[in-house]
Amino acid sequence: MDEKPTRRVALKVLGATLGAVAFERALSPLRELDNITSVGDFLQKHYRELSRDEMNAVLRRLEDETQQRYGREVTIRDVRPTEGVQFAYALNLSVCIGCRRCVDACHVENNHDRPTHQSYIRVLEMTSGSMDMEQGNVGYDHTVPAEGKFYMPVQCQQCENPPCTKVCPVEATWQEPDGIVVVDYNWCIGCRYCEAACPYHARRFNWHKPEIPAAEINPDQSYLSNRIRPQGVVEKCTFCLHRTREGRLPACLEACPTGARVFGNVLDPNSDIRWVLENKRVFVLKEELGTRPRFFYFFDV
Amino acid sequence: MLPVACEDPAAYADRSRRFADVPAGDGSRHAITVHRPASLSGIVGTEQTPQGQPVEVSCGTCHEVLRPPPELPTSARTLGGPHSGLRFEHGSNECRSCHDPERYDRLRLASGDSIPMTDALRLCAQCHGTQHRDWLHGAHGGMNGHWDLTRGPRLRNHCVDCHDPHAPAFPRFRPMPPPPDAPRRSADHG
Repeated sequence: MDEKPTRRVALKVLGATLGAVAFERALSPLRELDNITSVGDFLQKHYRELSRDEMNAVLRRLEDETQQRYGREVTIRDVRPTEGVQFAYALNLSVCIGCRRCVDACHVENNHDRPTHQSYIRVLEMTSGSMDMEQGNVGYDHTVPAEGKFYMPVQCQQCENPPCTKVCPVEATWQEPDGIVVVDYNWCIGCRYCEAACPYHARRFNWHKPEIPAAEINPDQSYLSNRIRPQGVVEKCTFCLHRTREGRLPACLEACPTGARVFGNVLDPNSDIRWVLENKRVFVLKEELGTRPRFFYFFDV
Repeated sequence: MLPVACEDPAAYADRSRRFADVPAGDGSRHAITVHRPASLSGIVGTEQTPQGQPVEVSCGTCHEVLRPPPELPTSARTLGGPHSGLRFEHGSNECRSCHDPERYDRLRLASGDSIPMTDALRLCAQCHGTQHRDWLHGAHGGMNGHWDLTRGPRLRNHCVDCHDPHAPAFPRFRPMPPPPDAPRRSADHG
């Protein structure tokens, strides 16, 4: 028996068509995601769950992806901490002149996005006699040092009691045995809770896919530090762990023209950093919060 | 329930991934080298090589033959020849406060001991003791290389790399540009 086209059938067909279109539209972001995330990326385990072989496979995949997306051959390593090493950093505020060389060195070393001139360091211009970092001026653009001012570079303080790692809902950020707080960029979901929790404004969010010309990419990269970050994840200073875990000085220290920065292993009683901590009147930022930074400041007296 | 326990480092799937495999050293340490600025062994003359490079003249080129030398002037204004126009802003010092009046290519300590130009650090340290102490402990003056001397050497800056001994104040200059997203304050333009 032939079914006559009725109003009911017509509405059914119309509804099914609209539904299919709506479903397709709803899924369309996933198609765009394909350009950002590979299947391997999507299925990858947490950094601390990867065995050595799995880690190596991840590193090779990331190197390939960098080659495809940025046209540059890079080496991405998994640089581990050394037993018996605890890092600490100190900065002499009497010597810093606010030239922002450290900011720039960080930008280059850590493969930051070029258009936004991103960096893990901000230099605050402070009024002499004041110690309130919230009153510091980041945007100064005049000959330095200016009369009546001092300059305070602020980056991740690598807190011993870090508020940022505690708020992460997926444990994508944690403290390593040598004290460096790191982010697994492939595990981060980009909720930015950690950015809100940090009292030092030390975390940055990748709003866009970082843009760097192939020739400017630093090819010496590590998984937890300066490899080019994906869009939509949080990043932070890692004390240049790809350099410092191999005994080298951080890029910001080498760039400092006045020698305001002191870095080293605080467990070594003969280190420069120990001498500073024992002989200078060092202080930490926002001590009252109980974050116990590993980054110290001091003035010459 | 999340698959990783971040408070427990034993959660690393493969324990060998926890720490780096650093071979035990033999206790030897790499050297800390102090940079030797060219200005301590000569001056840059006004003449140029055929390639357009400024000619560097060692102190001895003139001062070995000018012996005994004429008496040292008390003010930089009276200097002539390659030293004319020297800017001198270093307290109330005179030429002979640092330079050896017997041998111009050498320096003289307060004790009267003559030292080679390249040992200038000892001379600076006579007055700038606190800076010298800080420098000895890596808390003054720039450096490059390794914090861990068991893994590599370190190169330290010399006093004269950053401070012109005749006008030692660190020069003021324009900083690198501020971050583009930084709020500008009216005080910057005042």
